[in-house]
Amino acid sequence: MDLTEFIKHFAEQFDDEPLTNFAPETRFRNIEEWDSLHAMMIMAMVNEKYKVKITPEELKNSQTVAEVFEVVKYKV
Amino acid sequence: MSENPFLLRQKIILVTGASSGIGRETAIQCSKMGAAVIITGRNPARLAQTMSQLEGTGHQMLIADLATDLNKISDLVPIVNGVVHSAGILSLSPFTHLPEDELRNVMNANFFCPVLLTQQLLKNKKMNKNGSIVFISSLAGNVIASKGNSAYCASKSAISGIVKVLALEQASRRIRVNCILPGMVKTEMMGSFLSSLTPEQLGEDEKKYPLGYGKPQDVANAAIYLLSDASMWMTGASLVLDGGFSLQ
Repeated sequence: MDLTEFIKHFAEQFDDEPLTNFAPETRFRNIEEWDSLHAMMIMAMVNEKYKVKITPEELKNSQTVAEVFEVVKYKV
Repeated sequence: MSENPFLLRQKIILVTGASSGIGRETAIQCSKMGAAVIITGRNPARLAQTMSQLEGTGHQMLIADLATDLNKISDLVPIVNGVVHSAGILSLSPFTHLPEDELRNVMNANFFCPVLLTQQLLKNKKMNKNGSIVFISSLAGNVIASKGNSAYCASKSAISGIVKVLALEQASRRIRVNCILPGMVKTEMMGSFLSSLTPEQLGEDEKKYPLGYGKPQDVANAAIYLLSDASMWMTGASLVLDGGFSLQ
């Protein structure tokens, strides 16, 4: 599983924030447009692209994009 | 009328989705009000558990999946005085990511199955005159909406729409058709949604309900009213049951 590709998929869930603003250490909850719908979109994206499910709890416990990546990578 | 009109004595009531949540509680409470209850559900063990909690005699259980066993149910049930459609599923997904099969599954379980079962029962004359059909719809899709809930909301507002037409069409046989719109009720089905909230969010959410979250029994009691002769003049209605949530 490729981190760069994961970041791209992650960034695609945002309308206003450009891909260039996303890095492994990006704290995604600090992004201005982040809301509860984005949490659902990230979970749906993971399910769609990686065919695994992450729980709301697992997402809640992750602060950075890389932390979400690790959760997903562990399950794939 | 010497008999208490709120009781369900001499009535046979079919309850779908009776293996858990609102359906299970409705079956139990109907039996306490004197009804003979026919319960259906997919899970044999959990359905048997509901069966063991019913009071009185004359009850039956039918292990069936509404999606595949519609004809089986309408063939096997006797003529009933009431039906409570409680089988349903919840699926959360943002609309842009909602897979087509998930949308179809939700519409199937929450709309097509209960509606087609109703059609079978009516066509096969399995609904007694003066009978009552109760759909468990939802506040969601009818009064309120929430993000990620598009499939569920669509299915539940479709139910509320068709109820009005069925009520008109069946009025000549004095069969009444109503639905209940519950707000948040703590059931297993809602568990996955509730567990996605932090304890703080959960507290905040429940505060939006002046009377707090509902219990399955609150919905069961409303269903009993709609099944009983006490609601004889009520048809085509959507009964909001939400502890005051939609007031503010």
